[in-house]
Amino acid sequence: MQYMLLIHMDENAMPPASTDEPYAMNESYLAYNAALKKAGAWIAGDRLKPTSLATTVRMRDGKTEVLDGPFAETKEQLGGYYIIEAKDLDDALGWARKCPGTAFGTVELRPIWAKQD
Amino acid sequence: MQGDPRAAAERAARESYGKLVAFLAARSRDIAAAEDALAEAFATALVQWPRDGVPDRPDAWLLTVARRRMADAIRRRATADAATEHLTMIDAERREGAPETIADERLRLMFACAHPAIDPAARAPLILQTILGLDAASIAAAFLVPPATMSQRLVRAKTRIRDAGIPFRVPEQEELPERLDAVLAAIYAAFGAGWSDADGSEPAKRDLATEAIWLGRVVTAQMPGEAEPAGLLALMLYVEARRSARRDGGRYVPLSEQDPADWNGLLIDEAETLLARASALAGVGRFQIEAAIQSIHCARRATGATDWAAVLAAYDVLMALSDSPVAAINRAVALAEIDGPTAGLAELDRLASDRRIAGYQPYWAARAELAARMGNMADAAEAWTKAIELADDPTVCAWLKDRLATATARAN
Repeated sequence: MQYMLLIHMDENAMPPASTDEPYAMNESYLAYNAALKKAGAWIAGDRLKPTSLATTVRMRDGKTEVLDGPFAETKEQLGGYYIIEAKDLDDALGWARKCPGTAFGTVELRPIWAKQD
Repeated sequence: MQGDPRAAAERAARESYGKLVAFLAARSRDIAAAEDALAEAFATALVQWPRDGVPDRPDAWLLTVARRRMADAIRRRATADAATEHLTMIDAERREGAPETIADERLRLMFACAHPAIDPAARAPLILQTILGLDAASIAAAFLVPPATMSQRLVRAKTRIRDAGIPFRVPEQEELPERLDAVLAAIYAAFGAGWSDADGSEPAKRDLATEAIWLGRVVTAQMPGEAEPAGLLALMLYVEARRSARRDGGRYVPLSEQDPADWNGLLIDEAETLLARASALAGVGRFQIEAAIQSIHCARRATGATDWAAVLAAYDVLMALSDSPVAAINRAVALAEIDGPTAGLAELDRLASDRRIAGYQPYWAARAELAARMGNMADAAEAWTKAIELADDPTVCAWLKDRLATATARAN
């Protein structure tokens, strides 16, 4: 099964960094990514720029509305994600537990809905 | 009785229902589909067995029919492509025929039902339904929940097991204590739901206690190296042994006034053996300690007295293991027996700020008894009145009223 790990955290608590250049991944994430890849569990994973750079789009009554800001104002924001291959929920939970994001944020695990071929 | 097909089907259901559900759902994790298929297989058995005779191995027969029903259901429901993999699997299993012995996967199923990703309120009901085949309505009655709510809770939990990828697996050693505790807690919750009807006026509830003991036996037999399953089983047996002594012609009899001659000695002996076995194994858990406390109370059978110092020491250990306000109340009662009511009441005062306590009847009953013993009738009457308001068991309520009336009469 495939699972998505959604890392929610308070982005205001993160050290300020310039968003116009690539960020330097910290040691714990580097090690975590290497472990995922070594185990063959890695499918994808990225950090997201803060919600101050989010744009929201929706179509209402045939008109497209484009708004600045995130979908919802929350105390914690989606800050990054992984997509992993796991045997079952326990296997995926094992990866989620090791995710550095659990130390300062909350990691939500969602099974990915397989689509018909 | 071999010739009576209904009795044979019922016997097969009792003995192998959970095994068959666990076996049928082990790979697909689709508990609802396994239950539906098995229900159809039982219905078919009731038609065919009277006509053709009861098969040599009823469980293997039921498994074969249920597998066929599962495959039929998938063919009916799914689009051709999506179902192929699942059907190939089931067809391969059917060609193998029913295995010589149907592997007992009930423990794995119980671990799935009590998985941390399952709503704690759904765990005990789920185990009762999948392992024992109890219907949602009787489970709902035992847990004091509307039937529709319980059905919805069960359906949601089964969907979660199937679609979130919750495995049928006994956890690894490092995770085992916590996960096993969830399974045992669910079984104990089922026991508690059955036991709240101590006078046995609701047979469905009383049966739940018996069923919980049976589940405790299953886990204990399957995990002989673990101490806590044996501890839980011992605890349930000690409590069960005193069931009939707890009532005297519809009147509630508290533990201190029970005649040990009314206790079931066979159950107590079995509990003692289990507890001794658990103590010899590594690891101390709350169920073992709670069983030990019951063992001390039951020792009154032989000694005629209660060793309150031992009770107090056991509650100290229990409170170091878990932050339970119930344990704290019982500890205060034990302390009062040793150091007097003032010391016990001081302990209870310290609990008063715990919000979980305010609506807990035994807390107010304990306060009332200790205050009365100190001669503080105003406080005692107030606490008894609160306890009476909170008591949902009518016999306990009547007993509390009686205590209040007796104490008031004595004071005047």
